[in-house]
Amino acid sequence: MRPFDYFRATATGDAAMASGQIIAGGTNLLDLMKIQVVNPETLVDITRIEGLSEIVCHGDGLRIGALVTNTALAHDTRVRAGWPLLSRAILAGASAQIRNKATTGGNLLQRTRCPYFYDTSQPCNKRTPGEGCAAQGGSGRMLAIFGTSEHCLAAHPSDMAVALTALQAEVEIRARKGDLRRIPIQQLYREPGDRPDRDTVLEAGDIITAVILPAPLIGSRQVYRKVRDRASYAFGLVSVAAAIEMEGDTIMRAHLSYGSVAPHPWTDDAVAEMLEGQAASDALFANVADALISEGAPHPDTEYKRTLLRRTFIATLRQLTVLADRSGTDIARTQA
Amino acid sequence: MTDTFTMDSPQPRLLDQTGQGVVGTPMNRPDGPHKVSGRASYTADTVMDNVLHGVLVRATIARGKITGIDRDSIRSIQGVIDVITDQRMIRNPAQGMAGEAPVQPGDAVYYHGQPIALVVAETFEGARDAAQRLNIRYETEKAYVTPEGTPDREVADPETAGDFDAAWKAAEVRVDQKYTTPSHAAAAMEPHAAIADWKDGSVTLRSSLQMIRFNKKELADTLGIEPAQVRILAPFVGGGFGSKLGLGPEAAAAAIASQKLGRPVRVVMTRQTVFDCVLRRSETAQRVRIGATQDGRITAISHDDTVSNLDGEGFSEPVSQASQFLYGADGLSFTQTVARIAATPAGSVRAPGEAVGMLGFESAMDELADSLGIDPVELRLRNLPDTHPMDGREFSVRGLADCLREGAEQFGWAQRGTAGTRREGDWLIGMGMASAARSSMLVKSAARVRLTGDRAVVETDMTDIGTGTYAILAQIAAEMLGLSPDNVEVRLGNSDLPGASGSGGSFGANSAGSATFLAARKIRARLAEQLGCSEDDLTLQGGRARGGNREMALTDLARDEMQAEATIESGMTAKSHFSSGFGAHFAEVAVNEWTGEVRVRRMLGVMSMGRILNEKTARSQALGGMIWGIGAALTEDMQSDRRDGHVVTRDLANYHVPSHADVPGDMQVLFLEERDDWANPIQTKGIGELGISGAGAAVLNAIAHATGKRIYDFPALPDRVIAAMEAAL
Ligand SMILES: Cc1cc2nc3c(=O)[nH]c(=O)nc-3n(C[C@H](O)[C@H](O)[C@H](O)COP(=O)(O)OP(=O)(O)OC[C@H]3O[C@@H](n4cnc5c(N)ncnc54)[C@H](O)[C@@H]3O)c2cc1C
Ligand code: SF4
Repeated sequence: MRPFDYFRATATGDAAMASGQIIAGGTNLLDLMKIQVVNPETLVDITRIEGLSEIVCHGDGLRIGALVTNTALAHDTRVRAGWPLLSRAILAGASAQIRNKATTGGNLLQRTRCPYFYDTSQPCNKRTPGEGCAAQGGSGRMLAIFGTSEHCLAAHPSDMAVALTALQAEVEIRARKGDLRRIPIQQLYREPGDRPDRDTVLEAGDIITAVILPAPLIGSRQVYRKVRDRASYAFGLVSVAAAIEMEGDTIMRAHLSYGSVAPHPWTDDAVAEMLEGQAASDALFANVADALISEGAPHPDTEYKRTLLRRTFIATLRQLTVLADRSGTDIARTQA
Repeated sequence: MTDTFTMDSPQPRLLDQTGQGVVGTPMNRPDGPHKVSGRASYTADTVMDNVLHGVLVRATIARGKITGIDRDSIRSIQGVIDVITDQRMIRNPAQGMAGEAPVQPGDAVYYHGQPIALVVAETFEGARDAAQRLNIRYETEKAYVTPEGTPDREVADPETAGDFDAAWKAAEVRVDQKYTTPSHAAAAMEPHAAIADWKDGSVTLRSSLQMIRFNKKELADTLGIEPAQVRILAPFVGGGFGSKLGLGPEAAAAAIASQKLGRPVRVVMTRQTVFDCVLRRSETAQRVRIGATQDGRITAISHDDTVSNLDGEGFSEPVSQASQFLYGADGLSFTQTVARIAATPAGSVRAPGEAVGMLGFESAMDELADSLGIDPVELRLRNLPDTHPMDGREFSVRGLADCLREGAEQFGWAQRGTAGTRREGDWLIGMGMASAARSSMLVKSAARVRLTGDRAVVETDMTDIGTGTYAILAQIAAEMLGLSPDNVEVRLGNSDLPGASGSGGSFGANSAGSATFLAARKIRARLAEQLGCSEDDLTLQGGRARGGNREMALTDLARDEMQAEATIESGMTAKSHFSSGFGAHFAEVAVNEWTGEVRVRRMLGVMSMGRILNEKTARSQALGGMIWGIGAALTEDMQSDRRDGHVVTRDLANYHVPSHADVPGDMQVLFLEERDDWANPIQTKGIGELGISGAGAAVLNAIAHATGKRIYDFPALPDRVIAAMEAAL
């Protein structure tokens, strides 16, 4: 960690003007600073800013302040009833201690877990564009399979963001000059191209102030299915966030997003279209799953992710549409 | 006073005759309250005036030479005092029980991650900043970093008994399989740390170390001074798992820097540095061949392996250690190949040998049982050898058969059913088992016991690395002297005290426990003399001495301090008898047929491992071992880069030890009553490592039973389980 100036903001305006690196829970940023992957000259602590820690009703939806902790959000009774997918995705991530510190804004903006990004002895385009990508030809178990570029193969590790994407949440951003804008969460992240150092579309001085959840998908069945290398406290290998609206055996709407497979929560509109209006069946799911993984893996170590995503997708849909033997499984249903 | 007792013949079971009744009880650790309240001072907790902070700098090439260190690159950093390079710095930690300096590389680089300099500053932050920014120039050399790729291979002479080739050829049923296991990290909770302070020509080192008697010599040899000039303190050690057996680079660097700068120097490794340069467990490639007759008599056993290490390191993972004595055969053969690679060196990590060797060997046994159509428990029972198959020694006491039977009974093994037939929803359910074995040792060890009135002190340089040494030594002394354990103070981890075995190879309790026992026995003799009775006639209980129709309070009988020191060494019994802990592990798993996730649902370990000194700490050891078994079977996977050999999984977010959710709530341990008269005078066996030995194989065999398919490359990560299941289709 290099010496830095510390500025404690009490209003979003101050924070934007201080033009430094924002620190919220610090659970990712401090680790990156200790190993000198991120070396801010000024840290702007936003945790004392009032009004960013509340979850309030917003039409039929919710407005979640950027400083709401992952724990508070996951346990909020409104969230658990109306958007159980979100609650489950958060609880599938990190550990209780980390979730107590981690914030909504920080979770969205956490950096990749590609091990080469965390090791300054290795070239990494995400740290320094143009330096090279050590993951290519190296160990790549955690890398992405979709949306990568020749410059970077890294995956985005957030579980919460995957659920928010399936739920079509919006992100509220305050620009340095004070104007607020709202963008769909899919538009927050950018694909690496030749600038993998830029994970998102945020500009200098932008602060995430809130996440907006639209009205609950009443009557939908929701599951966040995350597969990882141990039962808890590990980043995902693949995950599927699904909220399915059914009428009888027919899938009316499918809200889907996939985690740990791309530089951002992955979505595939064609997949949803193939499902909607169809009766749930193993043959349907197998076909759709094949379409989902039609692209090849860019790194030999992630070839397995295609198979694993395919299988996890099918298992999740079977579970949600009750094709699976339901003993031992529990499906969250939204409540009105 | 320090005459040595050699274990030449079985000794009377005195601990069964004494009347205090504390040995074996589940007594709480006396150091427990200190630990949970933060009062136990681990190395890095020690506050010292005027201390400087050092941070190790790592090499970032696989092999070559340092041609320049650009000290200007860090001059501007506040508080930086010096960049220390020194011919006496060490390349890596000493191997366990080396007693001499490890390789001192000078400006040569042997592996990516090697500590090559120490940056010293007034603050830890300053030193760490500078260590990361220091510019080093290298001349690189060609390096071979993978065991498959290196031409530098040493093939040992086979260890054999009988004629394996003939027996193999003649075998009616054969299993011939290859297995791989990755490198493992010890992953002790406390990172390696040292604080060195030179005064008047001698150095005091506080460091997180397991074997002080050896570490003292290692530091003296490293620095080129006499052992008498070295003092080492390690009263509390936050886990070792082998990684703190030998003196580490942080300790050598701290001592060198303190000598040079005339101030105490503190060096605490970051977690990444621990992964980079602390000895790892080697990856293994194993080939197991077992031949048998149709009716299930094993006739041929071979277990060959390839492991790796850095040049100049004498250690090689003893993969086939347990395979050499678990089952009998007409012909046995074991050949090891060591591949020399430029990578973080390998050394002892929890149960070196058995922890990974038994994954392969006991999986092959399971497969043999399948091929023969014989129950895996029954197959093992049918093939227990009468004597050590390799050297003919008698078994001291072997409870394996009882463990297998008792375990099968307790676990409900009879309900196991046919492989691949039980399911609950998407989960396939299976049961597996494996034998457990870990040879037991007695290592030279000394201890002193002092008695004043009804209070005693035990003194030895033995360490407690979280295992319970403070508790068991207090119990042994209390039992022998008829005291409440509360009245016994145990002083450990100080090189001024009599030299013990240290904690390693599960021999600490056997060795330091026996020395404590013998020292206390000497005091008993003196008490008997003072009371005027024979030693056999003496009863010590509740602070009172009785014998020869007399009874006296110890406060009267031992008004002046009585002191006795004893040393024990292994002797003739080890030549005539082979001592090993034995056991049987049983596991039930659920395997998700879609995602390949494995959840262990319950586990039982039945163990016969000599006298249990403390039922609670022994159980913790056994449970801990079994959890590490789950880790080896399912999660632990240290990855290195195939180009420059650097460790890729450099923190505990990427190196997966089992989390709570990986450990079933239903984890049972059962100890069978046992005394090993041939092992040592307290009739104990090593216990720490027995828990892991075979435990992972039980989990893997349960996966095979659940899915009807086998995995040969461990750990059984979801993608590997899926690949195995898809091979079935
Ligand atoms: C061991 C470990 C395991 C983990 N496992 C998982 C897991 O399984 N799944 C998962 O999803 N996550 C996991 N995490 C990541 C964890 O969820 C994130 O570290 C956390 O959510 C980050 O939140 P924070 O508030 O601490 O962010 P910080 O560390 O404070 O900040 C992260 C980034 O966001 C920026 N930032 C923060 N708030 C704002 C804002 N309001 N506006 C603009 N910029 C902002 C910061 O400048 C910084 O760049 C794990 C973390 C660790 C350490
Ligand atoms: S994949 Fe991306 S993050 Fe990883 S090394 Fe390459 S550029 Fe860096």
